[in-house]
Amino acid sequence: MQLLIEQILNGLQLGGTLFLLAAGLTLVFGIMGVINLAHGSLFMIGAYGAAIVAGKTGSWGLGVIAGLAAAALVGVLIELVVIRRLYARDHLYQVLATFGLILFFNGLVAMVVGRAPLLMETPKVLSGFVELLPGIPYPTYRLAVMGVGLAVALGLWFMIARTRVGMLIRAGATHRDMVSALGVDIAKLYTFVFGLGALLAGLAGIVVGPIRSVQVGMGEQVLIMTFVVIVIGGIGSVRGAFVGAMLIGMADTLGRAFLPGLLKMHMSGALADGLAGALSSVLIYIVMALVLVVRPRGLFPVGG
Amino acid sequence: MSALHIAGLVKRFGALTATDDLNLSVAENELHAIIGPNGAGKSTLIGQITGEIQPNSGTITMFHTDVTRWSVPQRSLAGLARSFQITQLCQGFTAEDNVALAIQARQGSSFRFFADARKDRRLRDPARAALARVGLADRADRLVEELSHGEKRQLEIAITLAMTPRLILLDEPMAGMSHDESQKIVALLSSLKGTATIVLIEHDMDAVFALADRLSVLVSGRIIATGTAEEIRVNPDVRDAYLGGDA
Amino acid sequence: MQRGERISQILVALATIALVALPVVAATFGSTYAVTLATRLLIYGMVAVSLDLIIGYGGLISFGHAAYFGLGGYTVAILAFQLAEGVPIFGYDGTNEALVAWPLAMLVSGLAALVFGALSLRTSGAYFIMITLAFAQMVYYVFVALKYYGGDDGLAMARRNTLGGARIVDPQIFYYICLGLLAAVIFLVGRFTRSRFGMVLTGARMNERRMAALGFSVMRYRLVAFVIAGMIAGLGGALWANLARFVSPDMMAWTKSGEFMVMVILGGLGSLFGPVLGAAAFILVESTLSELTEYWQVLFGPVVVLIALFAPRGLWGWLTVRRRGA
Repeated sequence: MQLLIEQILNGLQLGGTLFLLAAGLTLVFGIMGVINLAHGSLFMIGAYGAAIVAGKTGSWGLGVIAGLAAAALVGVLIELVVIRRLYARDHLYQVLATFGLILFFNGLVAMVVGRAPLLMETPKVLSGFVELLPGIPYPTYRLAVMGVGLAVALGLWFMIARTRVGMLIRAGATHRDMVSALGVDIAKLYTFVFGLGALLAGLAGIVVGPIRSVQVGMGEQVLIMTFVVIVIGGIGSVRGAFVGAMLIGMADTLGRAFLPGLLKMHMSGALADGLAGALSSVLIYIVMALVLVVRPRGLFPVGG
Repeated sequence: MSALHIAGLVKRFGALTATDDLNLSVAENELHAIIGPNGAGKSTLIGQITGEIQPNSGTITMFHTDVTRWSVPQRSLAGLARSFQITQLCQGFTAEDNVALAIQARQGSSFRFFADARKDRRLRDPARAALARVGLADRADRLVEELSHGEKRQLEIAITLAMTPRLILLDEPMAGMSHDESQKIVALLSSLKGTATIVLIEHDMDAVFALADRLSVLVSGRIIATGTAEEIRVNPDVRDAYLGGDA
Repeated sequence: MQRGERISQILVALATIALVALPVVAATFGSTYAVTLATRLLIYGMVAVSLDLIIGYGGLISFGHAAYFGLGGYTVAILAFQLAEGVPIFGYDGTNEALVAWPLAMLVSGLAALVFGALSLRTSGAYFIMITLAFAQMVYYVFVALKYYGGDDGLAMARRNTLGGARIVDPQIFYYICLGLLAAVIFLVGRFTRSRFGMVLTGARMNERRMAALGFSVMRYRLVAFVIAGMIAGLGGALWANLARFVSPDMMAWTKSGEFMVMVILGGLGSLFGPVLGAAAFILVESTLSELTEYWQVLFGPVVVLIALFAPRGLWGWLTVRRRGA
């Protein structure tokens, strides 16, 4: 029972992190129609920025600021130099160009920082445990990560539903020409949205830093999970990204925690271990396939 | 005997009822025109006849077979051919390639992997004949993107005819054509009369009154009147809802 | 058009002569490295041609083609492994015979393409790209988790498959086998793309709505193309396993899928021979840059970006079409 509650919390925490990534990716696709593989690189850059600065200064706060700034800055830079040339292009070239960006950033980080993983410490304030229910201690930091995910979800909802920028974002997605005819600078709006997505990706990288190790290639693994999330949610839908992130966070965490045990009840140990390992690592793809069979455009399809 | 029979057709988009309990019957080998003001629901009706849009309720019967749940390709293979209001052609192929594909679709499975389709006279000869019928014989080897707007419209019709259909659905075939070009199409359509069932959606009233055996008037998702050109001209409802509103 | 075709024919003739002569020339310089490198080119070229069938002709942007490449390789390696271990797999002893193992590799890859294709083709556009990527990643993780077959570390083949009982130790002979198979693949794919089937596949890329109205259920044609491409990639994987005498999950890493895509676009979409040229250019650039620096990706990444932004027609288009107006 205790284990189950713990794992459910872990699932929510992974879901929260995935949502931070998925929100930016799905916004960029929904509004600009761009598939950005380099989203994972921004995640990595955020994590490295935070890990390096926090390690050098000993201040977690400075690390967070550095990580966010690095991700947002690089995001705006690649939007200005590369991404904006891709808005009108076929998805194929978007995939290819952003694939090139990944190669570049992975190589660059390996060259500058090295291939050895960096360790990032948990901030002192959050390093303890909280007793959520009597007898079930849970790391404070992980709770905080969940809180960040939730806060960003609420903040995004507020921004999109209630603010002028949000109105422009909604309008820009569907009536691009109209919005620019009204005198809004679409190019600036796009740069802003892309920068925002980059910031969120960086934030995800920062909060994940102390949980997993910070290393080259960390972005791609999580990027593909993020794809699964937004495909399930419906590409372009922030709400779908949230539901998809929680679903995948849960499925992945619970699958890894409980599948081996379940299988062992029915078959021999070695076979169960092998099968469980394979099965739990592909569970999220099976979930995705099932959702697609029923709803090919995701749970919250956007447009048409 | 009816070639196309539509009963109680309803299609809603949210709060909007685009097709509202629509009934229509087109006799075999009849040329039946459907007219109506903009926003009457013509596109939605065409979508439902071709299978691109699924109705909320009602039935569509072609040659006594209920096709309401059939896919677009299934209806096509059952003998329905349609032209598009906004040309839908394969850009990058020649005019002849486009027509040859229509013929290929009628020659059984296309899971044939080895013979060069562009050297296949069973495809190319009828394709050239269909192009000649609409006056495009000398443009056969041109890429679609090199054709003028009027020529693309003619190609649409050549493709439709090449499908050797039993039921032809023409969605504003004359839209955007010059006077001479549309005269040619009117002549072509009148030569087809009696050999296939034709449903013609058209804004060019001269062409409609010259060609149609019967007309149906579509207003707000319903057929408000059906009859010969003369009957429609004098129908008070039609004058009121459509011609009257226009004048 | 005429002129472009003439240039294409000349290029193909020159490339054929160069490829046939290559091992002989390399032998006079006593270089086996060149033959190995060229064999890699042939195998990558084969996979790139198969990917071009679905991306260039079919317009289906598959970002998971490496999965079928890897499955083909693993099929061959596992069959050899089971035979060597004396442990039957699904009641079959395993084999070291190419005439059995290679078709089986194609079958396994083809079946995987059938299942994943049927699911992925229910969607289109960005969904299709991400889903093909996700399925490939799934296959990748399965093999990472399969410790029995080495997991992350991969699985070595003690020796190359035999061909009709004869051993293929000589790199030159293996090279010519690959060359012959590549020629066969190009010939067949060329026939496919010009056939009735190819017209439907290409037409569906150009205007899906029109093709449906003509009576074509385009998904079936796309699925068949997807399976054919998967089978060819599987054959490529089988050859690769024999060349390297080693398979690992890296063969189906998503970066590998990206690299195949780079080869196709670099060579020229829908150009049949272009992808082979793309594969050659890719290998040349990769081996040159990686000699310059360990961090060659820092240089290669921007090259890929530039290709995407400024060279949509690829090398083949540049060589054959540009001169048309001259």
